[in-house]
Amino acid sequence: MNLIAKPSKENIKTYVPIGFSLIFLSLIDVFANAFFNLNLMAFLPSQLSYFLPLILGFIGFYLIRIEFSGVRHLDLLNKNINSNNFNALLTLFTIFIILKSIPPMLNWFILDANFIGNSKDDCTGDGACWVFIKVWFNRFMYGLYPDTEQWRINTAFLILFVIVGISFFVSEKLKKYFILFLVFIYPFIGIKLISGGSFGLEYVESAAWGGLSLTFIISAFAILFCFPIGVFLALGRRSSLPAIRYISIGFIELWRGVPLITVLFMSAVMFPMFLPDGTFIDKLIRVLIAITLFEAAYMAEVVRGGLQALPKGQYEAAKSLGMGYWRMNALIILPQALKLVIPGIANTLLALVKDTPLIFVVGLMELAGMIGLAKTNPKWLGMAMEGYVFAGLVFWVICYAMSRYSQNLEKKLSTER
Amino acid sequence: MSKIIELKNVNKWFDKFQVLKDIDLEVAPQEKIVICGPSGSGKSTLIRCINRLEEHQKGNIIVDGTELSESTKNIEKIRAEVGMVFQQFNLFPHLSILDNCTLAPIWVKKLPKKQAEEVAMSNLKRVQIDDQALKFPGQLSGGQQQRAAIARALCMEPKIMLFDEPTSALDPEMIKEVLDVMVDLANGGMTMLVVTHEMGFAKEVADYMIFMDEGKIVERAKTKEFFESPKSERTKLFLSQIL
Ligand SMILES: Nc1ncnc2c1ncn2[C@@H]1O[C@H](COP(=O)(O)OP(=O)(O)OP(=O)(O)O)[C@@H](O)[C@H]1O
Ligand SMILES: [Mg+2]
Repeated sequence: MNLIAKPSKENIKTYVPIGFSLIFLSLIDVFANAFFNLNLMAFLPSQLSYFLPLILGFIGFYLIRIEFSGVRHLDLLNKNINSNNFNALLTLFTIFIILKSIPPMLNWFILDANFIGNSKDDCTGDGACWVFIKVWFNRFMYGLYPDTEQWRINTAFLILFVIVGISFFVSEKLKKYFILFLVFIYPFIGIKLISGGSFGLEYVESAAWGGLSLTFIISAFAILFCFPIGVFLALGRRSSLPAIRYISIGFIELWRGVPLITVLFMSAVMFPMFLPDGTFIDKLIRVLIAITLFEAAYMAEVVRGGLQALPKGQYEAAKSLGMGYWRMNALIILPQALKLVIPGIANTLLALVKDTPLIFVVGLMELAGMIGLAKTNPKWLGMAMEGYVFAGLVFWVICYAMSRYSQNLEKKLSTER
Repeated sequence: MSKIIELKNVNKWFDKFQVLKDIDLEVAPQEKIVICGPSGSGKSTLIRCINRLEEHQKGNIIVDGTELSESTKNIEKIRAEVGMVFQQFNLFPHLSILDNCTLAPIWVKKLPKKQAEEVAMSNLKRVQIDDQALKFPGQLSGGQQQRAAIARALCMEPKIMLFDEPTSALDPEMIKEVLDVMVDLANGGMTMLVVTHEMGFAKEVADYMIFMDEGKIVERAKTKEFFESPKSERTKLFLSQIL
């Protein structure tokens, strides 16, 4: 015989209030402990008081686990976080860990952190020294780009954002021209604006470029070029012409087999040795080519996955309508294949953005590189944590935005049902 | 009468396996030919050779005066003249029905968009799904999809239409709506080669029947003779099973 009746619709009126009260009590206890260092259950033996929140919460969750209670929110709650005893325990642990970790995080990030001042000595608290980020912010954004010329980077990006922004609102027909302009013309305008050397703009060598703006420049160019190259490689690997097929396979396997860091090193240090005397290719361009080709190999395999997923009938239907190889691929095959692999493409592009810090091996410093430089400054030793947390946040925001965009795109392009 | 399709002594192998054996076939303009035969007898392969979705290794195939071979330069041009309807519809799922119909006319025949849309709408009306023009293939029933596929092929204004078991993937209640469209097409004077097991349809429209078995044309006869007095034992057996 059961000591207490199983929770059910009959006893819902008594069990649910008691259950929620117990859960509430257990959470209050952990909360007080985490935030105010209070032990509300101190009057109990120490072992018991330690486990009490868990026991209370567990009983509480048991009591409210009423199948088909008819109360929508309760059913939803039970289904998602309280479907059985084990899940109830997991739920409790998760909540406890979150509650426990909030106060120290809060302290480090904000409450004990220092925001005001201009040097390391102004950081007296136990928490983060955001003064470091503040003082170095300009370098983190622009690298060693001369202060007086930074408006050029700002302008270049501002124009980019404005054009992209407008292109979202114009008609489909105009949009095509906007995209063509953005892909084929604007990159060169932007680069000219930033590098200078003509139109009365002072020349700024690429070695001085750096910080977040360099992250953006490298990512944008690499994405722009690696995408079409990857598509051609993917098509090439499935070509019926053996020469093209083997070249594509060889290219893809070569680049996929080598670590990016090696590729970068070779592009910057070894490649110039093979160039005829007197020719000179900017280091940044060499690095860009290396990253582009490296990521294109990955892109090719992602796209190939999509091509392979298409039924043979699509190729046959296209052919039977009189389409040749290029029309068939451009109009029928690629639109479907690329749509299928949007998640994979997003994955590759996110990896690309997060790979950019590796350019430090050739002496270029984007955001993470600048932080690495700043933390070794004798006046700012011991700031690694702040720096890398900052870099992590910035990269996360960029990548999360890209990820959201890809999800939206996927939804927008979906034509199933 | 001059022939629009001529197959002379056509042989085809998949690796070592011979699918087509010494096929001879002539089709005059506006003729309707129904091909039947047991599964694996090479019916699909035969009609797919006519627009070179499959390549034959021996013999000659001449379509509208052009011989199909490896050195045929303008295979796309031939294919544009030969419409094909597949068992699995093979509509383009990323495009609306209307775009499915206008894509090839715009990009292959270089028709202006507006004109292509007019052609598409008139063909969609002909197969009675003009009200579905803006939907995507995934939103249509099987019968509607197959009719859309027929309309898509018609938009290229082909001289010949090939059908490879167009109703085999359909539920019984949808078969009729597709066959009705095909009968209408036949009455309009289209040259048609149809692989099907719908013998009612065959009796109604076919000029000639072709029975294939093991890669060979076993019997070719006028439709009436074919059903009433088949010559070969193999044909008799097949007809007795299917009718
Ligand atoms: N791509 C291929 N590679 C190898 N063998 C094939 C290929 N396509 C077809 N075959 C073989 O060729 C033979 C004829 O195939 P085909 O599809 O022409 O037959 P069918 O008469 O259309 O049959 P069904 O009524 O089942 O459609 C079959 O034995 C099949 O297994
Ligand atoms: Mg078949």
